[in-house]
Parts: sequence; C-alpha cells; structure tokens
Amino acid sequence: MERGLIGRKLGMTQIFWEDGSVIPVTVIEAGPCVVIQKKTVETDGYNAVQLGFERAKEKKVTKPLKGHFNRADKGFFRILREFRVGSPESYEVGQEMKADLYNVGDYVDVIGTTRGRGFAGVVKRYGFKGGRATHGSMFHRAPGSVGSSAYPSHVFKGKRLPGHMGSERQTVQNLLVLGVRAESNQILVKGSIPGSKNSIVLIKDAIKM
Amino acid sequence: MNVLDMIEKEQMRADIPDFKSGDTVKVHAKIVEGQKERIQIFQGVVVRKRGGQNRATFTVRKMSSGVGVERTFPLNSPIINKIEVITKGRVRRSRLYYLRELRGKKARIKEVGRR
Repeated sequence: MERGLIGRKLGMTQIFWEDGSVIPVTVIEAGPCVVIQKKTVETDGYNAVQLGFERAKEKKVTKPLKGHFNRADKGFFRILREFRVGSPESYEVGQEMKADLYNVGDYVDVIGTTRGRGFAGVVKRYGFKGGRATHGSMFHRAPGSVGSSAYPSHVFKGKRLPGHMGSERQTVQNLLVLGVRAESNQILVKGSIPGSKNSIVLIKDAIKM
Repeated sequence: MNVLDMIEKEQMRADIPDFKSGDTVKVHAKIVEGQKERIQIFQGVVVRKRGGQNRATFTVRKMSSGVGVERTFPLNSPIINKIEVITKGRVRRSRLYYLRELRGKKARIKEVGRR
C-alpha cells in the first residue's frame, strides 16, 4: 500500500546522532491528513486518494467545495492533494493519517516547489562559468555565443539561455526519516528539501528503495 | 515556542558546566577504536566558544610534546563524557588566538582572583 502525507516545511536544523556525528535535518509538520475522496478506475479513470490538510474556516470555503467536504464529514480543509495509489479500497473516506504513519529508518521521497528566483541569467540558472571580473575583462556574466554561422543559421532548440528560474515542482528521493514526533506531528528527514519555510510539501514512500 | 528552537533545546545537555575562554578544562571524550570504546582526556586552555543552542562548539588548545594542538568539540555532543573545569583564567578577550604565537612562559594565563 503506498502511503503519503501532506506537510509543511518548518525549516532546517541539526541533530546529534549516537556516535557523535552531527546530521542536518529538515523538520516537516506532516499531517494530520484526512481522506476526502477515493478515486477509482471505474469512476474516474485512475486510482487515487484525495487528502485534506490544515483546517479551514467555514466561511473561507466555497459552496461547491463544502458539498465535496461534507461527503467525508470531517470538516473543511485548506489544502487538497491527490496521491496515486494501487488500491484505494484499503482507505476509508474520513480516515485520518498522522506523522506516525512513518517510522524512524524509513526512506521517503519529498515533493515541493522550489524557491522562485525570477528571471535569472545563465550563471545562476545553468551554472555557466562567466568571465573574469577585472583586468580589462569586458565579459562578465553574459551567455556568450549562442550558435554558429551560415550553418546552421539558427539557434538550436533547447539552447540554455536566461529566463525564469525556480517555483518548479521538484522531488528529492530517498531521504532517511531520522525522527518522528507523533504528539506534534513532525517528521525529521535527513538533508534538505525544496521550497521555502512554510511551503507545502508532499511526503511519499520512496519508490527506489 | 518556535518548533526548531524546541528541537534544538532538546538536543542540548544540562550537565555541561559553565566555562569561558581562558579557563583550563579537562574534556573526557569517547573514542571508538574498532569495536572498543574508551575515554580519552584532552586537557588544555579554552581559546574559543562559539555558536548558540545545540550548534555551540568550543576549542581547546594544549601543548603536546612541544607542538600546539587545538581540538574543537561540539559543546552538546554525546561523545563528551564530561567536562571538568580545572582553573578559571583571567583574560581580556573572548578569542585567544594570540596564544598561537606565544610559547613557554608568555603563553601562561593568569588565574581569576590571583595577582
């Protein structure tokens, strides 16, 4: 059974391991999530469960969404996300899932939205080297030549050029769960995850372990 | 309280004595050699304390067969068995990097309360 949770990135810190090593961790507020809807191949064309995260005030919810939430009868939520699962039958509508879904030692994939960098040049966006800063150099952070001459007489598709960077969905795979604080619904994973503090992330079982 | 602060506070140890730069301390550090674990004592002058919460570290300097050795420990690390404060030193700065240039009699530090 695939498992998943919606969470909020709280930030990074470090913890000591028993052997004295210091490990960087990201703290995620994960759950409680409630199953709002089950989607099946027969009715929707694919298998998934829809989870809700973070309570919403009644007056903040539109009428159509209210009807949707009332089927689960667990109150209203601010965030709805779907998780593809093999067998939605193993879930119940209204079922609540918390951070203790995961245990220390599990591996998870975390999906988030990277921080937006706006319109970025090629040095930041693609790691181009750029030119020398001083000694008469007149070439600093420009992309340089983008193509040849008579042949092919156009710039190739996919040429790395300046443009919008960040605010993209990104998955980090195989993060080790180093701590689960069930009473406050927090999960500590080893290493960094995409996005800024307080951004919404999805936690799933690692697919490659 | 902020969640991250709470997690950091939990990592901190209550049994660490209060000491400052200039103090002479004995650090009992656990060392793993293969399967065996033993305790090694590192005695010297604290030349630096930095960082806050569970991130704090301190550096101890000692002379070992004529060579200066500095070792930096995380203050709240589980590898530290205990810290003993031997003497309190009277110094006028928080980072005692000047000791690196001095040796012998000049590298002494006056004790608190003594003239």
